[in-house]
Amino acid sequence: MESTAHAFKENVGHALADPNLQDSLAKLKVGFSERRRQAAERLPEFEALRDRARDIKNHTLAHLDFYLEEFERKVIALGGHVHWAPTAADARHIIAELCRSVGARTVAKSKSMVAEEIALNDYLEAMGIAPIETDLGEYIIQLRHEPPSHIIAPAVHLTKDQVADTFLEHHGKLGFSKRLTERNDLVAEARYVLRQKFLDADVGLTGANFLVAETGSSMLVTNEGNADLSNTLPRMHIVLASIEKVIPTLEDAAVLLRVLARSATGQESSAYTTLNTGPKRPGDLDGPEQYHVVLLDNGRSSVLGTEMQDILRCIRCGACMNHCPVYGAVGGHAYGWVYPGPMGAVLTPQLVGVEEASNLPNASTFCGRCESVCPVRIPLPKLMRHWREREFEKHLTPRAWRQGMALWGFLARRPALYRGLTAVANRMLALFGRAEGRYRALPLAGGWTRFRDFPAPQPGGTFHAQWAKKRRA
Amino acid sequence: MAFVSNPPSASATRPRRVALFVTCLVDLFRPSVGFAAAKLLEEAGCAVEVPPLQVCCGQPAYNTGDRATTRAIAAQVIDAFEGYDAVVAPSGSCGGMLSHHYPSLFDDDPAMKARAESLAGRSHELMSFLVDVLGVEKVAARYDGAVTYHDSCSGLRELGVKGQPRELLAAVQGLTLREMKSPEVCCGFGGTFCVKYPEISNAMVAEKTADIAATGADTLLAGDLGCLMNMAGKLQRDGSAVRVRHVAEVLAGMGDLPAIGEPERG
Repeated sequence: MESTAHAFKENVGHALADPNLQDSLAKLKVGFSERRRQAAERLPEFEALRDRARDIKNHTLAHLDFYLEEFERKVIALGGHVHWAPTAADARHIIAELCRSVGARTVAKSKSMVAEEIALNDYLEAMGIAPIETDLGEYIIQLRHEPPSHIIAPAVHLTKDQVADTFLEHHGKLGFSKRLTERNDLVAEARYVLRQKFLDADVGLTGANFLVAETGSSMLVTNEGNADLSNTLPRMHIVLASIEKVIPTLEDAAVLLRVLARSATGQESSAYTTLNTGPKRPGDLDGPEQYHVVLLDNGRSSVLGTEMQDILRCIRCGACMNHCPVYGAVGGHAYGWVYPGPMGAVLTPQLVGVEEASNLPNASTFCGRCESVCPVRIPLPKLMRHWREREFEKHLTPRAWRQGMALWGFLARRPALYRGLTAVANRMLALFGRAEGRYRALPLAGGWTRFRDFPAPQPGGTFHAQWAKKRRA
Repeated sequence: MAFVSNPPSASATRPRRVALFVTCLVDLFRPSVGFAAAKLLEEAGCAVEVPPLQVCCGQPAYNTGDRATTRAIAAQVIDAFEGYDAVVAPSGSCGGMLSHHYPSLFDDDPAMKARAESLAGRSHELMSFLVDVLGVEKVAARYDGAVTYHDSCSGLRELGVKGQPRELLAAVQGLTLREMKSPEVCCGFGGTFCVKYPEISNAMVAEKTADIAATGADTLLAGDLGCLMNMAGKLQRDGSAVRVRHVAEVLAGMGDLPAIGEPERG
């Protein structure tokens, strides 16, 4: 998808002024974090599992080439195919050719953030192939021509009423002319509409939560079962996954699954956990005749061995955004690309360029709540700070900030001069703010005083001046 | 949360010579917080000194990505605070900067890294130092009012400051604590964040002040002056009567001073 990350500040303005979005976010902020907290509390070994999950991913990343090749060998032995896609364009091309090879007219898709990353739907549509999103949230935003706003809950920015209007608009031609108001009725209608699309699809395309090297399996978790219909009914199954999804063993997968759902939705386990291990075998009742795995790099391998490597541990649970007060204030679309929230603030500059996404790692208070809930313990604030350092080195930091920082840095390294100037500033601010105790407006502090009063200093001089006087006395 | 309650060996190992890291905001805007901290430390038996060559911990540069300036400031702080048994800051974010971030600034300089680690090991946030290290359980103070306590992010998540201030506040006569629904959610200050992204910061602090108002408390306390100035500024802009103070002031019996952003009386 086209990035609007450069327009972050404008996006933020729209988001804060959108009452439907603010309504949805208010629910998200309470719901997800509370359910995750309860799930973590119910499992005494949860913290130890987070350590193990981190270690598994670290081990895999240290031997990524080995495990990817192991995975490839297993898939080929099962009768499947592995396609290596260095770039997004390569991945789009590979998938389009696969679809063409079976004369596909429709592709049933289960939710895949990597498919969003490579903008697959637009590409397929331009070729006359219709991608059908089968995850309910993805289906809703596909009807509305909107990008996802959350990596596990793509339509979380919408209210129930907005969904009702969307269904009425698009399902009318299928004979559904009643505006629904109940959640269950909306789900039932979508389920009915989608069922035929599953049956008609020529190709099923899914993402993967994990690729298991020892068995050549791709592993998917969903709560809707749509992935299972996407990968068993059509005659070709394409798995699209980025390279860091590989893990060594099924045992490892068990550990990661235990932290994934708890961190994401607070469930002990997702409703469906599906392993796809090669195409239909002789004697199998169902399953795809062809099984393809497209492995996308898209810049990830260049992160290996750098100070940003930890971000490749991410298992896409969404906990960081669910607990992020910035995400909670502005939602996912403000971030301007596929991956929002703290993990997006680290990953997006890598994938679309730090010039384009320079705001994202800066738009954080470093409150650390993301890191405190990350199931694989990614030090997200630290990685965001690394981006700020790279921006500073590249002179991407706004000039006013650089100059202000240079002046402040100059003073901070000259305590005597600093002391003299702050004593003056303190006296002036205390003097003019004396009557009210605070300022409603202050030169050069518009960012503060637009929304807040600015407290005046206590009278009597700076701490250091007062301390020196007292100790002399 | 706080587990150390006056271990028998404490007096033998108790640090005597304590350097106060005043913080730049306390120095410039709220000196009473520094005096309150000094008083609490002295009452707990410490000899408090204020090294004159201190300015700032370097967070503004650090969080702007200016590593060279950060290192220069950190080196200056390391110099200024050499030789003290403990370094104590009335702030979780400045304390955390010294104790959790300085060493990694000198990964390429083993000698400086060793000095940074020595400082890190001696550096503490005030509440944690009083309770966890000195084993203080009570303070002699009175504050007639209902207070609510905001857990500032760095103190809470980097340093584990949560139970310590509450434990000490429980000893203050006349004081009742009314918890917010989400005391651990960021107030939206974030240093330069609050002026770089004022709209987001405002949305965050508005949610915080609504949470504060819902407690019915007449006073808001926290352990970091940046957060306090942010929340005080928002409360006052919205016409709230909630008074805002640093927790050290209340614990030191200085709760009768004009609150943050309040004019001098009389």
